[in-house]
Amino acid sequence: MTLLETRGLTRHFGGLTAVDTVDFQLPAGQVHALIGPNGAGKSTFVGMVAGRIPASAGEVWFDGADVTDLPAHARIRLGMAYTFQITAVYARLSLFDNVALALRQRSEPDVLAALDRVGLADRSAQIAGDLAYGHQRLLEIAMGIAQQPRLLILDEPTQGLAESEIEGFNALISRLRAETTILLIEHNMDVVMALADVITVLDAGRVLASGTPEAIRADAAVQEVYLGAGHAQA
Amino acid sequence: MSGAKKSLLLHLGLIAILFALGFLLPVYHQGNLARILVLATYAIGYNVLFGYTGLLSLGHAMFFSAGMYGLGLAMHHGGVPAVPAFVIGVIASALLSAAVAVLALRTLGVAFMIVTLMFAQAGFLTILYFGAWTRGDEGFVLPQAVREVAGLDLTDPMTRYMTALLLFSAALLVTARMMQMRFGNVLVAVRENEERTTMLGYDVFKHKFVAVVISGTLSGAAGAAYGLLFGYVGATFASVQYSIFPLLWVLLGGAGTTIGPLVGAFFTFYLIDYASSLTSAYMLIVGLVLVLLILFARAGIMGEVRKRWAGWLP
Amino acid sequence: MDFGPYLLLASLEGAVGASVLALTALGLSLVFGVMRVVNVAHGEFFMLGAVIAWFVASQIGGQPALGFVAALIIAPLVVGGLAIVADRLVLKRVAYNPEATIVATIGMLYIIQQAALMTYGPDARPVEPPFNSRIAIPWFEFGEEGFEIYYPWGLSTTSYKLFVIAAAVVMLLGIWALLSRSKLGLLMRATQLDRETARAFGIPVERVYSLVFGFGAGLAALAAVLIVPIQQAHYLMGGDPLLLSFIVVILGGLGSLRGTLVAALLIGMSDGIISVFFSPTLAKIIATMLVALVLVFRPQGLFGKKAL
Repeated sequence: MTLLETRGLTRHFGGLTAVDTVDFQLPAGQVHALIGPNGAGKSTFVGMVAGRIPASAGEVWFDGADVTDLPAHARIRLGMAYTFQITAVYARLSLFDNVALALRQRSEPDVLAALDRVGLADRSAQIAGDLAYGHQRLLEIAMGIAQQPRLLILDEPTQGLAESEIEGFNALISRLRAETTILLIEHNMDVVMALADVITVLDAGRVLASGTPEAIRADAAVQEVYLGAGHAQA
Repeated sequence: MSGAKKSLLLHLGLIAILFALGFLLPVYHQGNLARILVLATYAIGYNVLFGYTGLLSLGHAMFFSAGMYGLGLAMHHGGVPAVPAFVIGVIASALLSAAVAVLALRTLGVAFMIVTLMFAQAGFLTILYFGAWTRGDEGFVLPQAVREVAGLDLTDPMTRYMTALLLFSAALLVTARMMQMRFGNVLVAVRENEERTTMLGYDVFKHKFVAVVISGTLSGAAGAAYGLLFGYVGATFASVQYSIFPLLWVLLGGAGTTIGPLVGAFFTFYLIDYASSLTSAYMLIVGLVLVLLILFARAGIMGEVRKRWAGWLP
Repeated sequence: MDFGPYLLLASLEGAVGASVLALTALGLSLVFGVMRVVNVAHGEFFMLGAVIAWFVASQIGGQPALGFVAALIIAPLVVGGLAIVADRLVLKRVAYNPEATIVATIGMLYIIQQAALMTYGPDARPVEPPFNSRIAIPWFEFGEEGFEIYYPWGLSTTSYKLFVIAAAVVMLLGIWALLSRSKLGLLMRATQLDRETARAFGIPVERVYSLVFGFGAGLAALAAVLIVPIQQAHYLMGGDPLLLSFIVVILGGLGSLRGTLVAALLIGMSDGIISVFFSPTLAKIIATMLVALVLVFRPQGLFGKKAL
């Protein structure tokens, strides 16, 4: 079934059209990567899906219902989870408090279990801002997963992570694919190729191509836009 | 011992000490402390919005005075007895908070500060404009005869002190408990990172709205109590000064701590008491302390204590 | 006096107020616009200008014109210098954080105001204007013999008040020229548009900030020196100019010179007229509510493009 759908989704900023009448479909259970050059409109698109950014035109449908007019917090309650491009955790609160807010309750076993999924359970008392950047990203993902979302939206999750951390991330996502549908924006082509079931390429606010990793890798238009698709861009 | 238990013990211990002081202090200081306790209640109300939710209002005097004038006008013009008049004062401030919240919460940061300041100024000027009823700057006195509850004379120093302590204790325990509950946790989350909180599924506007109403109503209760216990209602309490005071008390005592408001109100009271014996320009001290606090000690007294020694401090 | 002449009188008084307000508000607007901070102590810089003017005039004595000219030069310089010191000591140290700056400037407000109380005292004291002849203003009506000009009793102004209006216009033109034509003006506009880029281009942003803060305070002081022969110097006189400047800047929109001027004209005139015909308190109530509602519903003001 189609979990997420956008119809003619558009966003203008003054004279600039950042996202241009994008039709998009995401079936439940899929891992879907959104790629494209800088300024292609990926974060704006995903922001409109989650409700952070209001749409200039078009519709967003989630789980068979029109959520276009629904505020962001209501969409989250319907089953979306969202991680920011620049990590947004509560830097002055402990890891425990961070996850408790995501879980909406403070039962110790539940909070520790959620932290354990990303291997941070032993640090639950630490202050989030004191963590290394890579671990803060993991914390944010843990908070996303803790909500048990239908749709997990990740905006450039591996940015700023070291190689070993990226491997851990790939493993984590592989374990998650059974539980939730994942939509991620990524620049790292190795990650994309390893994880994605389907890739959509955005350029200048429009969908350039959409298909399996192999199809995208072979697509001439995509190659032109990237000047050599398949190379890692970190 | 769990944090919640330590916290409860701390608060009950404090209340017990204050109770004892009611019997130990000489009348002059007992009267001062009664005043401080009511003003500390005002500060607790302000702390809910500023310390916990992170919204800096420059107009809380309108809530304080709404309570005071709600009670005062009801008693003075309507002959309403003390307890119903107090309820009227509280309701007046609650309604005003809701109305202000609906408008002011459409703004953020500096704009929010100015909007609250402007609303409060309009309130102050309105009190002056309708001087025929409010007696404006001069204000009016609530005679001893009406200031009694269930046969107890509120002008009697001990009764007055214990009533003030009752008000303060209720405010302290209620807000402390509130901050331990989910609602309180979300307020802190809103303060720390508003967008993150929205994207975790919380209705930030609703939380802020309730915070403003709770904050304004506590402030109004303090205002009504102040008029009732000390027998005077005047426009000064609606002026900018009385919006700056709670900011100063909370900053000095420690924003976002439960005891900070009392500590700040206490020190400021005696600081000004001392300064005004030296010069009529005692507000200079207020200005100086504000600048020094914002430069060097933004966490305030209890905030520093929490940072350095007692991380569990609520 | 009939309504017509009365309105004209109120308008003239309003024009004087508007001129002074334009200068004062411009100071606040520049600080808002370039530094992105709210200076709540702006009214106290105004008051300081008036108090220093009294002090200078009373020290110099003799011809009032001498004292006045001296005050016109000394007061803005002293107040501007004080503001620069305040900027370096306090505002820079809080890194111009918006909320911290407001709290700090509230503190500065009380320090300056109470210091004035301690030294200058609680009394209001006048300063002699350099010249002050009464100028009767004609009014017209259609009488029995057609169009008639006469001089209603009470409809007059003074040469000094007209001077204030003229002086303000000249200074505003000068400042406009400074901002749009000079290098300093260019630096200020660049810093206002994009602080980081300005820094990358080697513009000493911190120094521009100090200068702008000093300049804004100096403008307020200058406006006060102009008005003090009409109004008298008092340690609490900063409150009204602060409120009115706020209104002007918020209505006129951030960083919009034209908006500031138009709003100053509007507010100054209407404050004068409403105060004369109704009550000053009512005028202020309307004004404060107006500011609040504009901020709530139209944060970019009536002319500005960016919001607070």
